[in-house]
Amino acid sequence: MSYNFKFGALLRYQDEIVQGVLLTLQLSIVTMICGLVIGLVVAMAAGSPLKALRVPARIYVEAIRNTPLLVQLFIVFFGFPSIGIRLDANTAALIALSINMGAYGAEILRAGFESVRRSQIEAGRSLGLTASQTFRHVVMFQAIKAIYPALASQFVLIMLATCVVSSIGVTELFHQAAFIDSRTYRSFEAYTLITLSYLVLTLGFRAFFSAVYWAVFVRRPRR
Amino acid sequence: MIREFSEADIAYLLLATRWTVLLALVAMIGGGLLGIVVAVLRVVQFRPANWLAIGYINLIQGTPLLGQLFVFFFGLPLFGLSVDAWTAAALSLSIYASAFFGEIWRGSLQSVSPRQWEAGASLGLTYAQRLFYVVLPQAVRISVAPTVGFLVQLVKNTSLTALIGFVELTRASQIISGATFAPLPVYLTAAAIYFVICFSLSQLSHMLERRLHAAH
Repeated sequence: MSYNFKFGALLRYQDEIVQGVLLTLQLSIVTMICGLVIGLVVAMAAGSPLKALRVPARIYVEAIRNTPLLVQLFIVFFGFPSIGIRLDANTAALIALSINMGAYGAEILRAGFESVRRSQIEAGRSLGLTASQTFRHVVMFQAIKAIYPALASQFVLIMLATCVVSSIGVTELFHQAAFIDSRTYRSFEAYTLITLSYLVLTLGFRAFFSAVYWAVFVRRPRR
Repeated sequence: MIREFSEADIAYLLLATRWTVLLALVAMIGGGLLGIVVAVLRVVQFRPANWLAIGYINLIQGTPLLGQLFVFFFGLPLFGLSVDAWTAAALSLSIYASAFFGEIWRGSLQSVSPRQWEAGASLGLTYAQRLFYVVLPQAVRISVAPTVGFLVQLVKNTSLTALIGFVELTRASQIISGATFAPLPVYLTAAAIYFVICFSLSQLSHMLERRLHAAH
């Protein structure tokens, strides 16, 4: 093999990489928040006794979970302008990611609420707690504990998934690989470096989320 | 020249779907074979092999598939292998799938109760007999539903290969969209085709889960 690897040539682009990381994190966090809000509404609709709410919620979840994010993104960014909704790349990316996350969030939240046993609620009520006290002190903590691991891994999945939005020109971390490639013609090094940067982010967030889980749910002061 | 989005374009998209399906099948088989190796390395009683498998799984699951695609696409030619988009796509999707299959199958193997191993041993079965007649049949039952469930992810993820220029369903939609200037109907059609494939697999996975788990 006669190729000389030159990772050093990439070092002067560290500002771009930092910018990319920041935008990727912003996108991931905002997507997570918007997605959970959508997910909460959809999960409540899916669990409602009204068929008029349940059916659309089901259709939304199945439609999103069974189609690729990239196609959803293209529908929002390239398709919506033809029905009069013109969005810039960042907004389109955020909307597509949030709609996508909403479907997964709904499933996670539904599983969380279902995981709290009915007898726990009855026990709370029989101790004289009001319905809202039962929800706050009995159901919520257990539900959050049950869904926390799923939410943590969903965050990492979202962060890794955000790189597809580079294809519509959002200058997040993955887009920087193309940028560095175009300046240095060091395609392999650029994409390897950026791909491994995601690994650093993933491992960092996983460690952070486990630490939070341990601090909040394991080493919990008695209450 | 701009033309209307017509039946011929839908036929073109359906023909391009062959490549989506073929790619998913190749990744399923390649990833399945490699996934067996990963699962075995993960469970054998030999620490360095476990660490190797854990490192591999973390590397693949901790980086974006899109990044892996580009690394293979640009990286393999440096080792003297001339690589077209198809080879890079098939190879990186297989590797991607192997990490997930490895984890799914390890989980299935380990979810068979250790009592089953002990019961087999107390009946005088050899290790191989215990593995093939006692543990594996149960592990396979447990693993079928999540394995089919992962195929949904795999089919959806083949869409990323459009970005390295492999002409499957998503890339074909981009081409038709460019020719007809009708992105909304084109991408909605593509989404509908993906939906038919993935929803069938999801339902199959749910059905298998109900059927294979009821027996316990």
